Amino acid sequence: MKLFYHIGRYFIMLGHMLRKPEKSGMYWQEILRQMYDIGVGSLPIVAMISFFIGAVTSVQTAFQLLNSFIPDYYVGFIVRDSMLLELAPTITCLALAGKIGSNIASELGTMRITEQIDALEIMGVNTEGYLVGPKIMGAIIMVPFLIVIAAYLGMLGGYAAVAATDAVENPMYIKGLLVWFKPYYINFMVIKSVVFGFLITSISAYHGYYVKGGALEIGKASTKAVVYSSIAVLLADYVLAILLT
Amino acid sequence: MIRIENICKSFDGTQVLFDISASFERGKTNLIIGKSGSGKTVLVKTIIGLLPVDSGNVFYGDDNFTEMNFKQRKHIRMQIGMLFQGGALFDSLNVEKNIMFPLQMFTNLTLKEKLARVDECLDRVNLAGANKRNTGELSGGMRKRVGIARAIVMRPKYLFCDEPNSGLDPKTALVIDQLIKEITIDYDITTIINTHDMNSVMEIGENIIFLHNGHCAWRGNRKEVLRSDHEELESFIFASDFLKKARAAILAEK
Ligand SMILES: Nc1ncnc2c1ncn2[C@@H]1O[C@H](COP(=O)(O)OP(=O)(O)O)[C@@H](O)[C@H]1O
Ligand SMILES: [Mg+2]
Repeated sequence: MKLFYHIGRYFIMLGHMLRKPEKSGMYWQEILRQMYDIGVGSLPIVAMISFFIGAVTSVQTAFQLLNSFIPDYYVGFIVRDSMLLELAPTITCLALAGKIGSNIASELGTMRITEQIDALEIMGVNTEGYLVGPKIMGAIIMVPFLIVIAAYLGMLGGYAAVAATDAVENPMYIKGLLVWFKPYYINFMVIKSVVFGFLITSISAYHGYYVKGGALEIGKASTKAVVYSSIAVLLADYVLAILLT
Repeated sequence: MIRIENICKSFDGTQVLFDISASFERGKTNLIIGKSGSGKTVLVKTIIGLLPVDSGNVFYGDDNFTEMNFKQRKHIRMQIGMLFQGGALFDSLNVEKNIMFPLQMFTNLTLKEKLARVDECLDRVNLAGANKRNTGELSGGMRKRVGIARAIVMRPKYLFCDEPNSGLDPKTALVIDQLIKEITIDYDITTIINTHDMNSVMEIGENIIFLHNGHCAWRGNRKEVLRSDHEELESFIFASDFLKKARAAILAEK
């Protein structure tokens, strides 16, 4: 029952968010700020994670294929497709759920507890619209860029790993990256990242926006934000995989 | 003027406000007093619509606020300024941007006009020149002043203050009380102040309602407080022996 209550209130929040902005200039400014926070702020962690995942995937794959009849360039091929289809969007978004999600929930939670949200409300500001909307917009715009960078760095990481270990000859790895390329995978990846960006920010905002109590509850809310947005990302990953392939 | 009629409010089955009626007058400092947890904040939040009432009506002038839709309420809210207990300043913005925020959001003034208005408000709360200070580095009293400056920047008709002098030393508390009183008179607005501070009651209590466990237990002004023989009111305001004696002395003098 509690679940339905939360889902209902989540959609009510999203509904209120769509009310007409008081002043679009202020909203744009806020969207830009969020784009910067989410995009630039998350770039280092996304870069690091994806580079190493790419490296590990290529080393593991090369090891599996050792002494088999499967040609070496399959390593590049496997790294590319697993980065594009799964690792870049999903793993990166799980990391983003941790970073952006806890950030958003604790920022909104603090604003709630210290009555800053009430203060905005009293001024006549549509608080869902002004506080939640730009975060979701910022994520929808920036997360796809992050994911594309992640996919690229993953393949680069794979290259660095094979270059360092000479398990596979470098030109073979490159050849693998280029064979049987399906442009459709890029669309798939971008669609996923838009959906994930939306889920992470909206779910985390929900947990922060409705905090009650004190500092302890802010901590709990940001944990919940991370847990539930990660679960939502994984569920959505599954659903999209069924729908889009 | 603001009038409330038969306000009832409960949370998850626990009733917090019982059938409260009152009217708050323009150009006066109207006080809602009572112990912590007596329902002052909840009452104010229902008056401004941050919390829905279970039953009862709130009138701003002649308009019934409780029956308004989102858009009509917004119109009233543009005329409300509120000082929150902790100031509720936006952490991410400096003093100037905090005060300017409502202007940015709701007016089409030029930047120069907005800055002039900010300076005027800062000056009004005796904080001229504090424009670029960070909200994090302000003292309690200064936070309240900035909160007041932000509350009056839209030139409201109604001003609400939730415990304006809680957490302040007695001297600063008096200064803030005086400031609120001056602003009320200067701008001829309806001011409603929540407080549990007996100094405020004696200094600026022009029209007082006393909440006790969510009931409106007494009403009057600061002079009547001295002479009241209402048991709960007495034990709330003249809590210490010292104050009891002081009161007796004042009454004997007259
Ligand atoms: N959002 C809420 N949910 C449930 N109970 C609340 C809420 N806000 C206040 N209360 C309860 O209402 C009572 C009055 O609180 P409040 O108005 O904050 O008192 P005060 O007079 O100190 O301002 C308290 O018992 C408090 O626990
Ligand atoms: Mg209170």
